[in-house]
Amino acid sequence: MVPLPSSAAVETSPSPSPLSVKKIVLPLAVILVVGFSLAPILWQVLTSVKTNADIAAVPNVYLPTRFTLEHYIEIFRRRPFLSYMLNSFMVATISTLLCLLIGTPAAYALARLKLPGEQAILAIVLIITLFPYILLFLGLLEIVRALGLANNYLALVIPYTAINVPLTILVMRSFFQQLPRDLEDSAKVDGYGTWQMLAQILVPLTVPALVTTGILTFISAWNEFLFALTFITRESLKTIPVAVAQISGTAAFEIPYGPLAAATVVGTLPLVALVLLFQRRIVQGLTAGAVKG
Amino acid sequence: MAKLELIHLNKTYTPKVIPVKDLTLSVEDHEFLTLLGPSGCGKSTTLRMIAGLEQPTRGEVRIGGQDVSRKSAGDRNIAMVFQSYALYPHMSVYDNMASGLKLRKMPSGEIRSRIEEVSRFLGLKDLLDRRPGKLSGGQRQRVALGRALVRQPDVFLLDEPLSNLDALLREQVRAELKQIFASQATPVVYVTHDQTEAMTLSSQVALLNDGYLQQLASPKQIYSQPANRFVAGFIGSPQMNLLELPCRENYALLGNSKIPLPTSFAPPPHVVLGIRPEHARIARPEEAITVTGTIILVEHLGMSNLVSLRVAGSESITVRALLSAEQSWQGNQITLAFPPEHTHWFHVETGDRLPDAE
Repeated sequence: MVPLPSSAAVETSPSPSPLSVKKIVLPLAVILVVGFSLAPILWQVLTSVKTNADIAAVPNVYLPTRFTLEHYIEIFRRRPFLSYMLNSFMVATISTLLCLLIGTPAAYALARLKLPGEQAILAIVLIITLFPYILLFLGLLEIVRALGLANNYLALVIPYTAINVPLTILVMRSFFQQLPRDLEDSAKVDGYGTWQMLAQILVPLTVPALVTTGILTFISAWNEFLFALTFITRESLKTIPVAVAQISGTAAFEIPYGPLAAATVVGTLPLVALVLLFQRRIVQGLTAGAVKG
Repeated sequence: MAKLELIHLNKTYTPKVIPVKDLTLSVEDHEFLTLLGPSGCGKSTTLRMIAGLEQPTRGEVRIGGQDVSRKSAGDRNIAMVFQSYALYPHMSVYDNMASGLKLRKMPSGEIRSRIEEVSRFLGLKDLLDRRPGKLSGGQRQRVALGRALVRQPDVFLLDEPLSNLDALLREQVRAELKQIFASQATPVVYVTHDQTEAMTLSSQVALLNDGYLQQLASPKQIYSQPANRFVAGFIGSPQMNLLELPCRENYALLGNSKIPLPTSFAPPPHVVLGIRPEHARIARPEEAITVTGTIILVEHLGMSNLVSLRVAGSESITVRALLSAEQSWQGNQITLAFPPEHTHWFHVETGDRLPDAE
């Protein structure tokens, strides 16, 4: 962000250097906001590499001088953290893919076809996104029990997909609506068949929106706690949030801050990596140039 | 290169929404046909039916004598330039032009030579590796045109291709378009609501209104012999004066003046007189058939003045005349002459043109 010299400010303020205020205040504000947002994360990262003595020390050791990886070693050695991560990864990936697979064609239909009752469908979809899904929890528990899905990826994949499909539909629909219809007509005149058009014209243009909604779905599935806690009881199938919550110390009153912090960092890193990896694809304005304007 | 025919074409969406009611026309090789009309007249729907993007409810589209009404857009061998250009933003200019040819399994050597020829012709040679996003409006327009030209289709379709350009560029591209399509033998169908484009580019103008063909004629004829009141009012700027007048014997009464009717039709009780502002002129003293009025408004257009006057003896009627800037007049009274060869007569109810005196 470059502070632009606003002509209004120049005219109204008689001070000799009207920009200096902006030059100081803006970076300061940025630093404050960034600090405010990142402080808890920084605290977790620092805690995860502190020695136990530093963690328990009074007064607090804010900036550790001794570093250790023992907490990380512990969560991978003494607990099957790798398999927790794999479980989370499987569940989140499958439900994200399903979500896009189901939601995108629905969004396309809602954006392009003049369906009877389109407004009603959209209203229902919107209401579902507003619905507190915790309220579905008891009903779902019964269903999971009746279908014998407990301790199965499906017990998580199905609800995660269902919860995220409405958001996918809404986001993708607005994306399709701003995708010029002439592009599809032009492809038809050029001789593209339906599937060729989908693969060579529509999907390449849709990638940014797919990635954006996909990441949202992935994060929500990765972080989900309540269903994962209830529907999965077998140790080998547990997901990261549940596993982190269940880390306990050797004694009843000992809170294992170190391993907890390490587990949190390990559980968050894949999400950070994911966003960084796809950042370049979430570029706005990929369609710029298709049409004038 | 093939003759394009539309036979009793109709498109009905709902019983109340019928953009194209009954349209029959044909376009030969070397012809440049413009579909002209106000918005909602059915011109774009007609073009989309020719392209195969819409299915006609009734009637046929024939290309080269073959009924293609049920064929998909890709199988019709037509090329279309869209108003928004509709370039594929994720492909380079070269790939944009090549995509239609690749899909038709054309050997890549042939594709390359065609694109080279067209891009040299359109001045796109240095832009072939760029993405459409990196091009200016005029360049995108030419890429869209190039994409149509490399196809060497049976029919070219253009849907308001100039409306996204600014006024200055539009005039320049209009002249380019005329040259480009003059060199092609292929029939061209061009849709616009801009009568200047229609008049300057076309060999034939089809004026549509309300889903029906109003007149199909050369630009010259459509200007000098409008087939009905709608055409007369739509073509020409400033708009033609259309005056509904009572008739007595062989005269139409305009204020205090009697304007003789041609002898080619029996005098009806009422008639519509049409005279273009540019054809009304200040009367010379010796002229007998004149109209006098009070000037209520003078609009200066540079090379001419658009004068509005209220006719003496018939205060509700306003006549506009386009007088050259050199002409001057005294006071606020002015006497105009309507040359009979530029006077048009229309039926009051049907709006049809009444036959001219030969």
